[in-house]
Amino acid sequence: MSNRKVIATTSLAGCFGCHMSFLDIDERILDLIQLVEFNKSPIDDIKKFTKECDIGLIEGGVCNSENVEILKEFRKHCKILVSFGECAIMGGLPALRNTLPIEECIREAYLEGPSVSDSNEEGILPNDEELPMLLNKVYPCHEVVKIDYFLPGCPPRADLIWDTLYALVTEQEIKLPYEVIKYD
Amino acid sequence: MDSNRVEEIIANYNRDKTRLMDILIDIQTEAGYIPATAIPVIAKRTDTSQAYVEQTVSFYHFFRREPSGKYTVFLNNSVVAFMMGRDKVARTFEEEAGCKFGEVTENGLIGLFDTACIGMSDQEPAALINGKVFTRLTPFRVREIVRNMKKGKPLDELSTSGYGGGKNASDLIRAEVRNNVQRQGPVMENDYTPGTVLREKLKHFSPDEVIWEIKLSEIRGRGGAGFPTGLKWEFCRRAQGEKKYIFCNADEGEPGTFKDRVLLTEYSELMFEGMALAGYAVGATEGILYIRYEYKYLEKYLKHVLEKMRKQNLLGKNIAGKEGFDFDIRIQYGAGAYVCGEESALLESAEGKRGEPRFKPPFPVEKGYLGYPTVINNVETLCTTVKIMQFGSEWYRNLGTHESRGTKILSISGDCRYPGIYEMEWGYSVNDILDMAGADDVQAVQVGGPSGSLIGPDEFDRTICYSDLSTGGSFIIFNNTRDILQDVVMNFMEFFIEESCGSCVPCRNIPWLLKQKLEKILQGHGVWKDIEDMEEWAGMMRINRCGLGQTAANPVVSSLKNFRALYEEKIQKGKRFDEGFNLEKAVIESCEAVGRIPLI
Repeated sequence: MSNRKVIATTSLAGCFGCHMSFLDIDERILDLIQLVEFNKSPIDDIKKFTKECDIGLIEGGVCNSENVEILKEFRKHCKILVSFGECAIMGGLPALRNTLPIEECIREAYLEGPSVSDSNEEGILPNDEELPMLLNKVYPCHEVVKIDYFLPGCPPRADLIWDTLYALVTEQEIKLPYEVIKYD
Repeated sequence: MDSNRVEEIIANYNRDKTRLMDILIDIQTEAGYIPATAIPVIAKRTDTSQAYVEQTVSFYHFFRREPSGKYTVFLNNSVVAFMMGRDKVARTFEEEAGCKFGEVTENGLIGLFDTACIGMSDQEPAALINGKVFTRLTPFRVREIVRNMKKGKPLDELSTSGYGGGKNASDLIRAEVRNNVQRQGPVMENDYTPGTVLREKLKHFSPDEVIWEIKLSEIRGRGGAGFPTGLKWEFCRRAQGEKKYIFCNADEGEPGTFKDRVLLTEYSELMFEGMALAGYAVGATEGILYIRYEYKYLEKYLKHVLEKMRKQNLLGKNIAGKEGFDFDIRIQYGAGAYVCGEESALLESAEGKRGEPRFKPPFPVEKGYLGYPTVINNVETLCTTVKIMQFGSEWYRNLGTHESRGTKILSISGDCRYPGIYEMEWGYSVNDILDMAGADDVQAVQVGGPSGSLIGPDEFDRTICYSDLSTGGSFIIFNNTRDILQDVVMNFMEFFIEESCGSCVPCRNIPWLLKQKLEKILQGHGVWKDIEDMEEWAGMMRINRCGLGQTAANPVVSSLKNFRALYEEKIQKGKRFDEGFNLEKAVIESCEAVGRIPLI
């Protein structure tokens, strides 16, 4: 079993939808577990890297300082990094805020939005130093660290995730027929 | 502008939605912008929707949505303008006027805007002010012009530069534009009396025989694509259609090209006669000269020439006494869009729509203007066909080289002593041309404009012809003081970003991405991967719909090919990744917004 590849996964500024899609590989997860072991990942709830990994899957873009830190950790500990899903690749929905000044976003979220205007009478803004700091915009992962592969989709289909992992783990070239790369 | 006047203008064009460009141009010219209130009126009267009108208005650079100043200055920002001191000229405009480019002064007197090449590369920096051309601008002249604007003087009195030579000085043009004809070849030779071909030659030639003669001459289109002209006419003649059209493409928008401007000024009769000849050959009764808005200063003169030709029976009914030979020409203006030089985009524009290229086939010779078979020829091509008919295909075949017959009119600009237009037989080398134009110490030459190729000294022995260095005529010279990447490639990429019609995804995005990469490399953050990415991404441009889109990455492609060392020397050695992300900088704004000290 010692030659199994080691996989780590994380969700940064994402919705965990890509991880859900990952779980959609269904019973193939039993095959997968023969081929790989998981390290840091929400799938087995390992919080910190305990060994060097072969493959890191990144869901979500980079919206705060904690995301940056985690992403850099992944780069340090994984031989291959894969951005999986629209948010990791292009920022996705969270990046909609990129067109607005951050100050406006914060005001809307904590002071003026219809769901908070009554409940935050003291006008408290989240500024505890324990909290991650927001970045000026949401970055795609490859603008922060080097990313080796990109798996598009919102979320990427389970079959595509399976095919990709299988190709990476068995060190074969992935087959990408026309239907797979055509999106409309 | 009151709505009655808008109604009047619409009525002048029979409330025809295919004349939307004319309607909008008239409103723009009179009001200085397209008032929002005019749009619903146009939509209602032409039986279209507001969205239909809006999409056309928003497409063209010269249609303004807001008042743009009593005097609206469009200062050219092409590469040659910068080489000839545009920076200082622009700064002086800003200082004297008291507003930045892209703005209008508070009192609404002066608006300053950038515009792409206006076809004056041999006399830069140049600007259009309310449609009038001002060339060879210097800070001194700008101060004078702005001072006169502040005094409210009419356009003609803004500057005391005198008129350019030839017909530029005529009462109907009165422009300070110079022709700078440096070399006159057989096409531009003044050995021609207007009307000779229509009156004398056509007595002996049937339409089929005209086409045969043109085919024998082996002339190919002079706009750049080089399609055999005789074949094009033959296709159109054979095509089924109750009406046929002849278009003259005078939308020369390729930066560095200005030969059509000179032909339009000095040889318009030759050109109109060429259109009539083409009309005779293919059986068309209507011709349209599609001309770029930048050349609107020629309008009065061109209309006068058409009127004169009608009086001489060289246009109209039974031309030159030939029973059933009916042909007339109208002028259609564009409104500032490079892509309209592409023939199918030109047709869309002439039909009053956004200038987005069509899918081909069908080609315009089968289904062109308003769905009728249409021939679209360049100004120079049409002028040449008349000369071919006069002197014979044999005469023409003896000019140029075996596979590139005849001559080509080159527009030469940049670092040389004698910028201007040169009519040359095909087959001269780049070295010959540089020698002729008086260019020393040359680092690079851009042949065929930004969409053509940028070549260095080791390729100066290549020849100008269809099979080697093909060109629509633009020839921009850069000497060794120029920074090729920063001054040239960057300028060209900005041009293509601005001028993409936006239809095809690669053309809309890749030039922008390439510019980002180039900026990154120039700022010293580049890595090898950036060069690889640029090459790979530029390859995707081939899936764009039109020829212009397919070549829009050429400044990068050809500089990477021929000036690779310039890129490589700026790349960080031994570094594999650098996207320039800086956490400290990225958190400053949000920390300020919530009132905390960044902790990194």
